[in-house]
Amino acid sequence: MIMSLVSYEFLAFFAAAAILYYVVPKRFQWIMLLAVSFLFYAGGGAVYLLYPMITAVSTWFLALRIGRVDSAAQTYIQEQKPDKEQKKAYQAQIRKQKKRLMTTGILLNFGILVVLKYTDFLLGNLHVLLGPEEGAVPQISWVLPLGISYYTFQTMGYLIDVFRGRYRPEKNLFRFMLFVTYFPQMVSGPISRFDQLRKELFEEHPFDGTQFTFGLWRVLWGFFKKLVIADRIAPAVATITAAPDVYDGIYVLVGMLGYTLQLYADFSGCMDIVIGVSQCFGIRLPENFQRPFGAKNLSEFWRRWHMTLTGWFREYIFFPVSTSRFCRAVSRLAGRLGMKKVTKKLPVYIANLIVWFVTGIWHGAAWGFILWGLANGIVMMVSQELTELYRAFHRRFPQTDGSVYGAFQKVRTGLLFSGLLMFQYYPFGTVFAMLGNLLATGRLSQLFDGRFAELGLTAADFIVLAIGLLLMLLISILQETGSVRQKLAARPLVVRFAAVFLLFVTVLVAGCYGHGYNASQFIYNQF
Amino acid sequence: MDELLEILNDINPDADYETNEHLVDDEILTSFELVMLVTQIRDVLDVSIPSEAIIPENFNSVKAMMRLIGRLKEDE
Amino acid sequence: MRWKKPACVLLLAAVGVTVIAGLQRLLMPKYMGQVVEGNFTSEYYEETTPHDVLFLGNCEVYENISPIVLWREFGITSYIRGNAQQLIAQSYYLLEDTLKYETPGVVVFNVSAMQQFDQDNESYNRMTLDGMRWSASKWNAIRTTMMEDEHIIEYVFPILRFHSRFAELEADDLTYFMKSGKVAHNGYYLRADIRPAGDLPVERRRSDYSFDSRSWEYLERIRALCENNGIQLVLMKAPSLYPAWYDQWEIQIEEYASEHNLLYINCLEASDEIGIDFATDTYDAGLHMNVYGAEKMARYFGPILLGLPGVYDRRGTASEGIDLDSVWQEKCDFYDQMKASQEEEFAKLGYIKQFYIQ
Repeated sequence: MIMSLVSYEFLAFFAAAAILYYVVPKRFQWIMLLAVSFLFYAGGGAVYLLYPMITAVSTWFLALRIGRVDSAAQTYIQEQKPDKEQKKAYQAQIRKQKKRLMTTGILLNFGILVVLKYTDFLLGNLHVLLGPEEGAVPQISWVLPLGISYYTFQTMGYLIDVFRGRYRPEKNLFRFMLFVTYFPQMVSGPISRFDQLRKELFEEHPFDGTQFTFGLWRVLWGFFKKLVIADRIAPAVATITAAPDVYDGIYVLVGMLGYTLQLYADFSGCMDIVIGVSQCFGIRLPENFQRPFGAKNLSEFWRRWHMTLTGWFREYIFFPVSTSRFCRAVSRLAGRLGMKKVTKKLPVYIANLIVWFVTGIWHGAAWGFILWGLANGIVMMVSQELTELYRAFHRRFPQTDGSVYGAFQKVRTGLLFSGLLMFQYYPFGTVFAMLGNLLATGRLSQLFDGRFAELGLTAADFIVLAIGLLLMLLISILQETGSVRQKLAARPLVVRFAAVFLLFVTVLVAGCYGHGYNASQFIYNQF
Repeated sequence: MDELLEILNDINPDADYETNEHLVDDEILTSFELVMLVTQIRDVLDVSIPSEAIIPENFNSVKAMMRLIGRLKEDE
Repeated sequence: MRWKKPACVLLLAAVGVTVIAGLQRLLMPKYMGQVVEGNFTSEYYEETTPHDVLFLGNCEVYENISPIVLWREFGITSYIRGNAQQLIAQSYYLLEDTLKYETPGVVVFNVSAMQQFDQDNESYNRMTLDGMRWSASKWNAIRTTMMEDEHIIEYVFPILRFHSRFAELEADDLTYFMKSGKVAHNGYYLRADIRPAGDLPVERRRSDYSFDSRSWEYLERIRALCENNGIQLVLMKAPSLYPAWYDQWEIQIEEYASEHNLLYINCLEASDEIGIDFATDTYDAGLHMNVYGAEKMARYFGPILLGLPGVYDRRGTASEGIDLDSVWQEKCDFYDQMKASQEEEFAKLGYIKQFYIQ
């Protein structure tokens, strides 16, 4: 097992790593990070290190080859000065070479990911297709290295960027390995880009007290979200979502909201820890959340939720697919068939569905996740189709630009996001039935019919949750006008101390950790 | 320039394209709109923009778009 | 004003540490209700005078022999360092711990802990170990006996283990915030209620009767530690009807005792001689002695212990200037008073409220 970010072991590991990091000469800092990253990842066994190493070495090598082809081409053009036609033909040939190299890397590494993560899913579907009476199809259950989806995506982003000539490839294998395995982010992101992370990782970082303190504050805030909020609602949410027969009516809504809050507190808390730990090393990582519940429509929500993943999909799948020759051909065909209106939008919609299919399967090797992804994509397409209508509506009722309507939009978007999550946890095909059940039979009075008591939440749990959620909301509101930590840092010492100490004591006392609580993994570790 | 403005107004009429220099950052042009824009530019202006050029810097203002289009035309 | 900021920081740090220490104290269980066993280990450190006899073991010692009777009738000073499910390794480290404060003449070890080396209930570990003062012995005791899901840092900072009690704090947590209540009589757990021994579960036959090699290792370590300190080690088996004590085990212990020239007293076999009546002398149907059985045990043990080197009738003497008679008089009063009040309650209600499980 690789240690959890919310374990005593991780805190000790982090403390030791931080001391070593600032004790060694500055030019060895990145080597120290590489060493502790290896240690961190090897904690689960050598096999955990094997896969990322294959990915790192193969990508490093192929990217270098691409770089070499590029340099050779440049020299050729400079020295031979070919005319325009020759140059064009030459460049096409070079591009082909580079593409072959990139494709090799992508097939190899996504191949590993697909085999490790999806073999059982594919075998299971095969089993259904063949008919159960054909006898059991074996399941393989590979050892799935933690974080494989994250580091594979990050590394493939690098390879594509090098192919596109965005930046030169990294020559030093060990530096590249650090980019792949940097321990705070390897297990659950954020998915970084090489040109951004490079200067953070390999610059010398003298100890900066303010950065270090800010980092620790953020880690503490992450612990609060994870241990006080997410893990406290988790058992109740699990009970509701696992038993749709028992928990119907209003509980469909309770489960939906609970699941969303848990997911947010868990994942964004995890990111706070990751980014905070990293900040203690003087290394800035990209943000993964930007107050998503302030979004006014679903596509804006997705630009503020798990941003590095959606950004990856946008850049490396959505844009290339929608501008691809295939999409152009399809849309031309539609134009010829007289469907003038869709021609413009067809490429977007095709690419959109592909992205959301992949988003779904990225989250889990199950049909529920695929449906969930596609449902998100479809909702966005419908809302795109309705854009004209919205615009007309707003022109007719200009008062809808006010904050009340804005609040309505935010609530609507939050509910929509939550509602779609039902595809993730309800059995295949029952989502609409559950939604119908909620709308037809849901009554607030059902909250007092005894089923609530079965959830195992005590009065103390409610008080803690209520305070915790309020605090999370308050911090979000404060964030809208700038960094909360900077605001806090501007206050007198006593105020700073009181705020941080109170938060610390709350985590210490009201956190769900240690004996008596089931240590629960971060939800987003499983990818 | 006028053709480009026409395309833009067709995609999202609610923006002041002549002055706004944060079209992508302000989410006036989201990824859906960007792709439609790129498709239209290709069909109407006959300039094909490769997907790796779809980055905020190239689409934040009409000026930037014109620069991009000019550069791509030159490369042809 | 260069000193002002550091002074402020120091002050705040002190406040922070104090608040957390206070919270920790508040959140730790006080063991003053139905379960009082969590107080035994720490009560030892309140002792002001040394003891000639130290009893070591699990519930088979702390409920089965009355040190008060040993003093009152034989003048023997004794202490029981026993806890619920106290493992043999824990007994060893508690012996190490005791030797830091005193060196008794005789150590009596109850051998029933030989049958199980590993802990099966985390709360027993906490009750035995939390009360220990910090030393290498405590550290080693924790390291040796903690369960798989336990963590040593939760012993160093018990708030990490007990923080979840914040939702179930009770009056006792405030009452005994500053000082724990006294519950035992030189380690003896007094029960004056009676529940006759009835039908006990039939013991399953075992496939293997040999003790765990680690149990043997720690028995050997206890023996060696006693030998090195000039202490006479005595082995005993308490008169508990259940859990069973198999003949196969008895043979192994007898062999060990004779090999090392140790005195071994099997009180279960001697229960007739001791005069134990399982209809009146047990409070939980034969598992443990009540005060009547424990007093009979003391009367049986008294003469045996007095016959051993290092054990004396200390009545009328002083230790390091402290008059033993007055120290023990206080203990006797506490004992008599608790016994009388329990007897009265039992006569009236048929049970004792504090220990009554609803």
